[in-house]
Amino acid sequence: MSPALAVHALEKRYGPVHALKGVDLAVEEGELVGLLGPNGAGKSTLVKIAVGLVRATRGRAEVAGARAGSRAARAELGYLAELFRFPGWYTADEVLALHQRLTRSDGGLAERRRLLELVALDDARARRVDGMSKGMQQRLGIAQALVGSPRVLVLDEPTSALDPAGRRIVRVLLEELRGRGVSVLLNSHLLSEIELVCDRVAILRAGEVVAAGSPAELAQPRGVELETDEGTRTIEGATREDAARLVAEAVAAGRRVYGVRVLTSTLEDTYLEAVGDEVS
Amino acid sequence: MTAVLTIMGYGFREAVRRKVFAVVVLLTAVFLVLFWLATHYVFTRLATITPPAGIEVDKRTFAGAFLLGLAMFATLFLGVVLAVFLTLGVVSGDAERGLLQPLVVRPVGRETLLLSRFLGAAGVCIVYVLAVYGIALGIIDVSGKWTPPSPAAPGLELAGGVVIVIALSILGSVVLSSTANGIAVFMLFGAGLVAGLLGSIGHALSSPTIEHASKVAAWALPFEALYQDGLRLISSNATGATGFLLQLGPFGGAFVHGWGIRVWAAGYLCVALVLALLAFSRRDL
Repeated sequence: MSPALAVHALEKRYGPVHALKGVDLAVEEGELVGLLGPNGAGKSTLVKIAVGLVRATRGRAEVAGARAGSRAARAELGYLAELFRFPGWYTADEVLALHQRLTRSDGGLAERRRLLELVALDDARARRVDGMSKGMQQRLGIAQALVGSPRVLVLDEPTSALDPAGRRIVRVLLEELRGRGVSVLLNSHLLSEIELVCDRVAILRAGEVVAAGSPAELAQPRGVELETDEGTRTIEGATREDAARLVAEAVAAGRRVYGVRVLTSTLEDTYLEAVGDEVS
Repeated sequence: MTAVLTIMGYGFREAVRRKVFAVVVLLTAVFLVLFWLATHYVFTRLATITPPAGIEVDKRTFAGAFLLGLAMFATLFLGVVLAVFLTLGVVSGDAERGLLQPLVVRPVGRETLLLSRFLGAAGVCIVYVLAVYGIALGIIDVSGKWTPPSPAAPGLELAGGVVIVIALSILGSVVLSSTANGIAVFMLFGAGLVAGLLGSIGHALSSPTIEHASKVAAWALPFEALYQDGLRLISSNATGATGFLLQLGPFGGAFVHGWGIRVWAAGYLCVALVLALLAFSRRDL
C-alpha cells in the first residue's frame, strides 16, 4: 500500500536558488509527521509541492499514490496554507459551505457544525470573516482543511496566530485525527508542539533532510543524574542500562540515594545540533 | 458543472462586493442622466444643426448615430473599467493575498477555476454592457424617434469587445502583478482607441498609410475593431453627405469590419484564454 504522502528525490530550483536538493520523505497512513527547519530551509516549498501549488524541478511527490497536484491527489487532501485569507464578507458557515461544494462533500449542515465545534468556533457560525480575530480565522482555516474528511492533512504553520488555548485546541484535534487514521504533515516552528504530537520528525536544512526519526530516536543519551546525600552529580556517557548499576554502587558505598534520572537531549537540542547556528 | 457554478458565484459575489462595482454603477447612472438630457436637447433643437450650404444632411440620422456612437464609447469605456477591475488580480493578486491557495488545492482543477472566473466576470460585464447600450438605445428612440438599422448587433459587438479585454486581463493576471496588469490592459485599451481615431484621421486626410496602420492595430487589438464595426453598423444606412460626415467624426465606424474581424476576434479570444490556462497550469503559487 502506498504511503499517504511521499516525496522522492524532490528538487526545486527558483532560478539560481536550490530550494530542495533531493528530499525523500513519507507520511504513512495515520501517521503525524512534523517538518522542522530554519527559515529558507525549504519546508514551505516541500509542502507546496505536496499539495500541487508549486511544480517540482525534479523528483516526484505523491498523495495516496496519485501525482501531487492531480485531481485524484487533491481529492484526498486537506490543506491549510501558511498565508491564507477567506473573503471578508463570508460567514464562517459560508466558507465551509463553499469548500463543501468544491470538495463535493455531502456532509451538509451537520458536517459544518461538527467542524466549527472541533475548532471551538461553534458560536461564530454566522460571524463574518472580517469580524474575526486572526486566531479565529486560523481555526476556521483548519476547519476548512477538514471539509470532506480528507485522508491526508497538510498544515503549514497552523498555530502561528494562536494563543496557548488555541494551540491546545489544535493539539487535541491533531491527536483526535491521528486516532481516526488521518495522516498529517505538520510544518511548524514550534518545537514543543512537534515534540508533543508528532510520531516522526524531519529536520530540513538548506533543502536537505539532515535528521529524521521519532522524537525518541532523535533524542541522544546525555548521561545519568544521581541525587545522593552528597549532592547531585551527572555521570556523562552513562545510559539507561547503567542506571541500576550506578544506584547499586552508590548504595554499596554508603550513600543515600534520593533520586536518579536518565538524561536525554530535547528535540530542541537535536534541532540546534542539526541546523547548526542558522537562525530560524 | 457544480464547481463552475460555485466559482462563478464566488466571483460574482466578490464583484458585487467591490467598491469599483458601486463606482461604475454610480458613474453609469450619472452618464445615463446626462445622456438623456443631451439627447433630449439635441432632438428638440434638431433644426439648429446647420450643415454647410448646398450639402444635404439627414439631421435625425446624423444626430441619432452620433449620439449612439457617443453612448457606445462611454459604454465600452465603463465596461472595460469594470472588466479590468474585476479581473486584474484573479491569479497574482488573489495568490498574494492568500485567497487563491485554499481554492486551487480543491479537486476542481486550475482550468475549471480560471474558466469559471472568466465566465463570472464575462457574465457580469455582458449584462452590464447590454443593459447600458439598451438604455441608451431606448433614450434615443424615445427622445428622437430614431433607431439604427440593426440595433442588436452593435450591442453584441460591444459586449464581445469587453469579453476580449476580460480574457487579456485574466491572461495578464497570471503573469503580472495586479498593478502592472491593470496598467498594461488600460494601455492596450488606450492604444486601441488611438488606433481607431487614427483610422478616422487617415480617412479624412485620404492617407492610405495611416489607414493601413489603423487596420493593423485593429487586427492586433480586435476589441477595438468590434467597437468600430458596431459604430459602422449604426450608421450603415446613412448615405451621401450624412454618411460622409459621420465617417469623418470620432464615431465614424470601421475600416476593418464584417465577419472576417468577428471570426478573428472569436479566435483571438480563444487563444488568449488557452494561453492563460497554459500559463496558469505552470504557475507556482
